[in-house]
Amino acid sequence: MTELVIEDLQASVAGTPILHGVTLTVRSGEVHAVMGPNGSGKSTLSHVLMGRPGYQVTGGSVTLDGADLLSLPTWERAQAGLFLAQQYPTEVPGVAVRDVLSEALVAAGRSTADLESLVAEEAERIGLSAALLDRAMNVDLSGGEKKRNETVQLAVLQPRIAVLDELDSGLDVDALRDVARRIEQATNDGFDGGPPLGALVITHYNRLLTELHPDVVHVFAAGRVQRTGGPELATELEESGYAEWAHLSEPEAAPSRPVVDDPFFAGGTL
Amino acid sequence: MPETPRTLKSVVDALDVAAPSTTDEEWRYSRIGDLDLARWTVPAAAGEAAADLSDVLAGLGRTAALVEVVDGFVVGMSVDTDAVAAGLRVGTAADLPDAVQPGAVMAEPTDQFAALNSSLAGSPVVVDVPANADVPGPVVVLSQTVTDGATVAPRLVVRAGANSSVTVVEVQVSSDVAALVVPVTEVLVGPAARVRYSVLQDLGPRVWQVGTLSTSVGQEATLDAGVAALGGEYARLRTDCHLAGKGATGNLSSIYFGEGSQMVDLRTFQTHEAPHSTSNLLFKGAVADTAHSVYTGLIRIGHEAAGTNAFQTNRNLKLSEHAWAESVPNLEIEHNDVRCSHASTVGPVDEDQQFYLESRGVPTPVAERLIVAGFFDEVLDAWPVPDAAAAVRDRLAVRLDRQVPVAGGADR
Repeated sequence: MTELVIEDLQASVAGTPILHGVTLTVRSGEVHAVMGPNGSGKSTLSHVLMGRPGYQVTGGSVTLDGADLLSLPTWERAQAGLFLAQQYPTEVPGVAVRDVLSEALVAAGRSTADLESLVAEEAERIGLSAALLDRAMNVDLSGGEKKRNETVQLAVLQPRIAVLDELDSGLDVDALRDVARRIEQATNDGFDGGPPLGALVITHYNRLLTELHPDVVHVFAAGRVQRTGGPELATELEESGYAEWAHLSEPEAAPSRPVVDDPFFAGGTL
Repeated sequence: MPETPRTLKSVVDALDVAAPSTTDEEWRYSRIGDLDLARWTVPAAAGEAAADLSDVLAGLGRTAALVEVVDGFVVGMSVDTDAVAAGLRVGTAADLPDAVQPGAVMAEPTDQFAALNSSLAGSPVVVDVPANADVPGPVVVLSQTVTDGATVAPRLVVRAGANSSVTVVEVQVSSDVAALVVPVTEVLVGPAARVRYSVLQDLGPRVWQVGTLSTSVGQEATLDAGVAALGGEYARLRTDCHLAGKGATGNLSSIYFGEGSQMVDLRTFQTHEAPHSTSNLLFKGAVADTAHSVYTGLIRIGHEAAGTNAFQTNRNLKLSEHAWAESVPNLEIEHNDVRCSHASTVGPVDEDQQFYLESRGVPTPVAERLIVAGFFDEVLDAWPVPDAAAAVRDRLAVRLDRQVPVAGGADR
């Protein structure tokens, strides 16, 4: 059993406080949804958990099975069992997906003997052409392919806790189902006989959650969890929107990101 | 009794060509002002060959021709019988007077050092491919500089006749001597011909190079040229690509690396003189320690070059705070019906890329090495002579092991 414990986490970007005391715990096999309006700081939470440069932790703690994650460099957080599926996966010219996974496995002391077959198997399950994995990381991939690629990497690396940052953005219905089912399965069965995956699913919409069923839903606004409930909270949010928390929102000072057109949710509604 | 070597200064004075100055745009940022002509002599004959080029030859397989040049003088030559049967002629300009001759592309020297080469070149090598010939295997020219204090002027002239195909691999290395190398290579690509050209420059750390690569591409012809600039204390190469025939294509790529106090100085001219011609340029380099690099590139599109596509990209990685890279792209366009783009960047290893790889569990130094190697692989994976890329990669890797080590006790 693994436990990611976030306690009173506070963080700033370029001197501007964004997270104002986040507290939540994700355990093996649990799916937690973090839902909130744009600018609420929920993506900042994912970056801070993984240690992205430019984000300063100003208070609180994050532990994974008792180990202080915040004192570790990014790669050691990953080796400790944390995975971040990025909202906008970075293109890395000239670097093949396989080489990255191979180096990650070597650093973990895992054998790379089965890497080829494991990658091929996961790519097939997630519906990503294995040929794309010979290309440079994320270069010339469509938005949907990038998200499938993130999921293949997740499945090969076999983390204990996965943070999925807007995994649903840019995905068509088929891709959304493929990706969500793979992760749902990991949260039930784990990888390779290991403990089931714990997932922290950051999302703006309810769409992903119809495939990837949350145990706990957190409403995130103004840099902290405002309300926590069961799956019914996601349904309620879909009907009521985030109006209740709109007055708390402040412009997010996080690095500016492109707006992704979501063909299924014009203006945030069906 | 051997004659007393001439001094370089006496030769240059006799040339009556204007000396370059760093106030000229083409020489801005260069170290030309530090060049002391009185320091160098002109050797009358080749020294003793010393370089180990087995790594280069290993990757190339059966060669169409192999020419060995020492201190600018041809010391060995062999031509494969199948290549001879295909019509390939390789020799010195003096031995093949009816073959292509120096000046075939560079009719007038582009600068003082090109003029110096024309004056000094001991035995220019000519490679002549007749029309419709498909030369099997690469023509390889290995040029090494071994004599301390020497001025060395290798000259290579390649002509590919109409509708022919040939691959040329040039290697420029040196012993650990102080020397001035002023190489000139001319490549004339005839109508509908295809030339693949690779040059690996891995001169010693005390060598100055002021080189010229002068090319002309004919109607519907294609030149793919790759320049790997790794060595030298100061290594300059001016590349001219004339798109001379309608529908000509020139693809120019380069990787370069500077460390210690090296300076790499690359100037390119993509000159479109005919309609519907295309040029693609991708130059990528890295500087470490206190090394410097300069890239300046000019796309010139003449008034007759309608329907032209011209692209130029220069990317530079700064691997240390004190390294310095300058990138200056320029356009000179005299026609409206053209598609042009240029882009240049100078910066450290991309923070987002580094974070992404680390977020997968790749240790920091390994991630950095993957990114830097991948930066170059984007060029090397598409190297115009794929069989020549391995030696470039290996010699680059030696430098990356020093500057971007993946593990071990190296101070970072």
